[in-house]
Amino acid sequence: MSGLILSQLRVMLHHTVIAQLNLTVAAGQVLTIMGPSGSGKSTILAAIMGTLPAAFNVTGGIMLNDRDVAGLPTAQRRIGILFQDDVLFPHLSVAGNLGFGLPASVARAQRRAVIDAALTTVGLAGFGSRDPATLSGGQRARVALLRTLLANPEALLLDEPFSRLDLALRDQIRTLVFDQARTRGLPVILVTHDPADAASANGQVISPMGQPL
Amino acid sequence: MNSTGGLLRQAPRLTLLLLIGPVMAGLAGTIMPVFAAASPHDPSPFQALWAWQGLPCAIRLSLITGLVSTLLSLAIAVLVVATLLGSRAFFALSHLLSPLLAVPHAAAALGLAFLIAPSGWIMRVISPWATGWTIPPDLLILNDPAGLALIMGLVVKEVPFLLLMTLAALPQTDAHRRLTVAASLGYGQVWGFMLAVLPVLYRQLRLPVYAVLAYAMTAVEMAMILGPSLPPTLSVQITHWMMEPSFAHRGIAAAATVVQMGLVLVTLAAFIITEGLAKIALIAAAGAGHRMRGPDAGLRKLALGLGGAITLLLCAALATLALWSVAGLWPFPNTMPDTLTLRTWVQAGPDLASTAAQTLGIAALSTAIALTLVLACLEAEHRFALIPGQWSLWLLYLPLLVPQIAFLPGLQAFALRAGVSGTTISVSACHIVFVLPYVFLSLSAPFRAWDQRHATAAAALGAAPGRVFWQVRLPMLLPAVLTATALGFAVSIGQYLPSLLIGGGRIETLTTEAVALSSGGNRRIIGAYGLLQTLLPGIGFALALALPRLVYRHRRAMLTPGIR
Repeated sequence: MSGLILSQLRVMLHHTVIAQLNLTVAAGQVLTIMGPSGSGKSTILAAIMGTLPAAFNVTGGIMLNDRDVAGLPTAQRRIGILFQDDVLFPHLSVAGNLGFGLPASVARAQRRAVIDAALTTVGLAGFGSRDPATLSGGQRARVALLRTLLANPEALLLDEPFSRLDLALRDQIRTLVFDQARTRGLPVILVTHDPADAASANGQVISPMGQPL
Repeated sequence: MNSTGGLLRQAPRLTLLLLIGPVMAGLAGTIMPVFAAASPHDPSPFQALWAWQGLPCAIRLSLITGLVSTLLSLAIAVLVVATLLGSRAFFALSHLLSPLLAVPHAAAALGLAFLIAPSGWIMRVISPWATGWTIPPDLLILNDPAGLALIMGLVVKEVPFLLLMTLAALPQTDAHRRLTVAASLGYGQVWGFMLAVLPVLYRQLRLPVYAVLAYAMTAVEMAMILGPSLPPTLSVQITHWMMEPSFAHRGIAAAATVVQMGLVLVTLAAFIITEGLAKIALIAAAGAGHRMRGPDAGLRKLALGLGGAITLLLCAALATLALWSVAGLWPFPNTMPDTLTLRTWVQAGPDLASTAAQTLGIAALSTAIALTLVLACLEAEHRFALIPGQWSLWLLYLPLLVPQIAFLPGLQAFALRAGVSGTTISVSACHIVFVLPYVFLSLSAPFRAWDQRHATAAAALGAAPGRVFWQVRLPMLLPAVLTATALGFAVSIGQYLPSLLIGGGRIETLTTEAVALSSGGNRRIIGAYGLLQTLLPGIGFALALALPRLVYRHRRAMLTPGIR
């Protein structure tokens, strides 16, 4: 079955359970995990990405569109992530960053066209050769989203990606991200401490321990 | 795929082996002749050593010049940081002193010698109007029997090093908030720094200070140029014995090396005990509540004066080298040469060029290998989440703590037996032992501080670890890699004893040539060699600064990290 399935996923550190989830995020749905900082929200995302330090103990299964990804290296899971900061690579241009995300299977001749077209869809036409450092916060957030989407992920994780944006921008970027995810039928997990994020996600809201909120 | 992963995982072990192996083997090889040479007819090496009349004096010289120069350097570095931290003067001083770190010991010593000698530049500037001298006075300013000139040379070279180490350690001490607290409680600036910051700061300065102490007690090229000669310091005497073609003094040299090692170990032990006592005294003083605001103004002036004097001395020393290399006729006591000419450079040009090429070749090979190993270590650390223990830092410092004179002779003996002595490759291989610690120390902090989310972001986009390293991590850390490369070159170019001993006297580098020429009196040619020896590392550091600015001229965040 399609979607992201966390079955009895449990993260432990020194015999203390930090998070446990048993649920399914269907394609195009957004699951919101809410909690104060330090409550283990980001730890869950790291567990799903496969980037937790060895000190953590992860048990349970992670199925993505009928693939068992729990044992795979991060690079093979096909799960995209957006962080609190855009984490654009500062040594690459905007197009360079997007090209990094675009799979190598896209032929050289088409790459630039794909990138330019993608930039146009988010109102950044002609920004390809720009230095990311010269972009505004909202522009950078859009480039980061594009970079993630161009890699054709099968799921999207959002680690408080809107919290650093100005209030006016926040709604706009939030809508863009959720619209894109819904159009592509991506299961989305959003981690946040902002109730407005949760409301706008329009989906189930739970705590890191899996309690409905 | 698996096999490269396996190799990468072994990189830290391989690197440590490459560092420790030569030091340990060299030590064993150095000490062996002490026992090998003993036969019923010969007096044992130790008897021969005790019979040498210069021994007590040589030991005393090594001990005093080493200890005094280390304590002075540490005191000046701490004083400058304590009084000037955050001020504009501090900013200027640290920016002036860090490029001066690239000046090789030999070049600094030669320049200082040209500056302070009875016929040196200082004397020329103040004669005859202030001194009345029209011929160089018969004074033993240079090579004075007490070793004062040597102490000055060592201090001038080591203060920039300790200052830079202090600057690197400061961010981890929470110095700003601690000093604010101390000041708000009414403490004087220096006393507040001593009580609130120094105890934490010093914990990270210990290894560099020990390295300075071990170096200062056993420095060879600086002691040859600035130190006394009859007798010289123990390490210089050992070098003389080692370099005798007859091998007749190998036994006594080995015995003297054992004494030298013991001397360094005992001094280090005494130093560590003193540190403990000083700590207890500081803790007791912190509870006494004295605010000590009185000395601040005076200490600030002292720090400014000493810091300025050191900067001025080093700059003037380099200027003297440059001036002599283009001097025509320059009779005493004229302040400036009568004529300026490029004759020295033209005449020595071919020799200078070939020696410089050889020096650069050796530096390139040793730096390339050291850099590869260090990058492999740091990448393995990142990829396999290895956590280096405290002991690994000690092992990294080992080649800087064990005096060169103690393990290089043994290494030379092995090289001779293996038939690889006197080749550029073996000299290069030996340089790795000294280049690697500096490359590692300089690269590890920026590599470990690198924001790991870039790796996660890249992996989430489907990039395998190799691609993350080559396309994200390495390009992002290019400025740090280039700085480490320049440092590696500077360290290799500055090496004297490894090039001399492993080269068997047949491999000429700018440093061995400059030191060899120093015993002759041709100031023009010495000036040319000394200046070139300084210029090469200087150009390296300039390139390391300029290249990222060129490559990333359209990537603002790469040039001013933190500002977006």
